[in-house]
Amino acid sequence: MGGGYIAQQIVNGLILGSMYALVAIGFSMIYGIIRLINFAHGDVVMIGAFVTLALMQVAGLPFVLVAAGALAAGAVVGVLIERGAFRPMRGAPQVTGFIASLAVSIMLQNLGILLLTAQPRNFTFPAALQKVINAGPVSFRVIDLVIMLSALGLMVLVMLLVKRTRLGMAMRATAENLDVARLMGININRTILAAFAMGSALAGIAGLMWGGKFGQIDPLLGYVPGLKSFVAAVIGGVGSIPGAILGGYILGLAEVLFVGLLPPIYSAYRDAFVFGTLIVILLIMPNGLLGSDKGERA
Amino acid sequence: MLEVDDIHVYRGRTYVLKGISLRVTRGEIVALIGANGAGKTTTLRTISGLLHPRRGHIRYRPEADGPELELDRLPAEEIVRRGISHCPEGRGIFASLTVRENLLVGAYLRRDNRGIEDDYRRVCDLFPILGQRAGQAAGSLSGGEQEMLAVGRALMSRPRLLILDEPSLGLGPLVVETLFATLADINRRGVTILLVEQNAVMALELAHRAYVLETGRVTLSGSGEELAADPEVRRAYLGGA
Ligand SMILES: Nc1ncnc2c1ncn2[C@@H]1O[C@H](COP(=O)(O)OP(=O)(O)OP(=O)(O)O)[C@@H](O)[C@H]1O
Ligand SMILES: [Mg+2]
Repeated sequence: MGGGYIAQQIVNGLILGSMYALVAIGFSMIYGIIRLINFAHGDVVMIGAFVTLALMQVAGLPFVLVAAGALAAGAVVGVLIERGAFRPMRGAPQVTGFIASLAVSIMLQNLGILLLTAQPRNFTFPAALQKVINAGPVSFRVIDLVIMLSALGLMVLVMLLVKRTRLGMAMRATAENLDVARLMGININRTILAAFAMGSALAGIAGLMWGGKFGQIDPLLGYVPGLKSFVAAVIGGVGSIPGAILGGYILGLAEVLFVGLLPPIYSAYRDAFVFGTLIVILLIMPNGLLGSDKGERA
Repeated sequence: MLEVDDIHVYRGRTYVLKGISLRVTRGEIVALIGANGAGKTTTLRTISGLLHPRRGHIRYRPEADGPELELDRLPAEEIVRRGISHCPEGRGIFASLTVRENLLVGAYLRRDNRGIEDDYRRVCDLFPILGQRAGQAAGSLSGGEQEMLAVGRALMSRPRLLILDEPSLGLGPLVVETLFATLADINRRGVTILLVEQNAVMALELAHRAYVLETGRVTLSGSGEELAADPEVRRAYLGGA
C-alpha cells in the first residue's frame, strides 16, 4: 500500500466527490431559497443520464451538444418540479413540501421503469473519452479528467453567478426574506424558478458524469447520488454553496479512502463509516462545516 | 396622492382591518399611531401589496397630473415599480448581504447605473457610517445602523412615497432625533412620507397630519398639533394628562 496507491485513491475520491458536489449544490440552492429539501433531486440525475444516453447513443450528437442537452434537461425538469409540486404548496407546512417532493421522486422512478424498463443499460462514451491516461503512479480515463475539470468549472461559474450578478443578488435576498425581497421589486416566483433551474441543471450534467463513471444506468440510479449528495450538503451546511462543494469532496474522498485503506473485510461497511463520519461532524458542528446558525428564516 | 378607501383586510381567518380610510397628499408627512395590534402594520402591508383587501380600494396617483392607479390588486413588486417604497417593521435588512449590496438591491428595478451610483453616494452622505461599512455584512451593523441602512435602501428606488413602519423601534433617543431630522429633510426634498410610530410624541411633532387607529378602525384624525393637544390622545399615547 504505497504512496502511488493512495494517490490513485485520492484521484478516485475526487472524481466521485466532484459528482456529489454538483448534486449537493442543487440541494443547497433549493433549500436556501425555499427551506425545503427536494427529495426528487436525485432523480434529476437519472433523467440527465438517460437524456445523455439518448442524445449520444441514439441521436449520435457531438459530445458538447450532449452535455448541453443534459444541462438543459435538468433545468427543464427542475422548473417542472417547482411549478408542479412546490409552488402549489408554498405557504403550507414544511412537511407538505417534503411529501410532495417524495411523491415526485417515486413518480419519476416509476415513469422511468414504465417507459424504459428496470433493465440497466450500458452507457458507452466515444473511444476518445475512454482512453486511459497514465500520469506517474495514477491512471484515469479522459472522461474522468473531463468530469473533474468541468465540475470545477461549473462550480466556479455558479458561485460567480450567485455572488456577482443581479440575479444572484436577488436569489440571496429572496433566500433571506421573501416579503422584503418583494418590497425591493424582486419577482420571487421567477427567482425561485431560476434557483431550481440552475441547481437542477447541475444535477442533469451530473447524470452524464455518473453514467460516464459507472458505465451503466437504470431508472433507479438517482437514489445513491441523491442520498449521498444530500448528506454532503448537510455536512457542508445546507444552504451554503461552498459548503455543498466541500461536503461533496469530503464525502467522495472519505468513501473511497475507507474502502481503499481499510482491510478488505470492512469494505462492505463503507457506508456505515461514511455515515458515521457524518454523525461525528454534526455532533461537533451541528450546522455543518460552513453553515450558519441562523436556522429558520425570519 | 394616495387614497385608501374603506379597506377590509383579513390575515388568515382574523378580521384585522374593519374599514380603514385615509389619504396622503403630495408633499405631506402623515403619521399613523395606535396601540399594539391596532392594525398599523397591516395597513402598510396592504398599501404596498404584500396583503390584499377583501373589500375596498387603494388609489394612487404617482404624478400630480397623471392618471390614477388601482393598487389593491397589484402584487408588491409592481407597486415598488410605481414609486412606493416600504421600509418594513423590524427593518428587514439582508443580514448576509453587504451594506453596499443592501443598498443596490433597493435599486433592483432601476437600470440607470449612473443614477444608481449617484444615489448610492447621496445615501452615504446622508448616513456616512454606511459608506464606511460598505463591504461589511449588514448583519454586523448595530440596530441604529441597520435602521439607517433600511431607510437608505428604501430611498434607493427613488420613491415618490416613502412608507416607514416604526423606524424608531429600539433606537436610543439621540439616534431617533437624528433619524427624524433626516426624515424631515428627505420630505423637504420632495418625498411624501407615510409613517407608523409608537413614539407618538415625535411622530405628531414631525407629521403634518395624523390618524389614530384602534382595533382596525380609524378613530381620530387631524393635524399633528390638533392630535397632540387632544385629551384622548394625550391620555392613551402621550403618557400625559
Ligand atoms: N400573520 C397573521 N395572522 C393572523 N393574525 C395576524 C397576523 N399578523 C397580525 N395579525 C393580527 O392582526 C392584528 C393587527 O396586527 P398589526 O401587525 O397590523 O398591528 P400593529 O398595529 O402594527 O401592531 P404593533 O404596534 O404591535 O406593530 C393583530 O391583532 C395581530 O394579532
Ligand atoms: Mg406593527
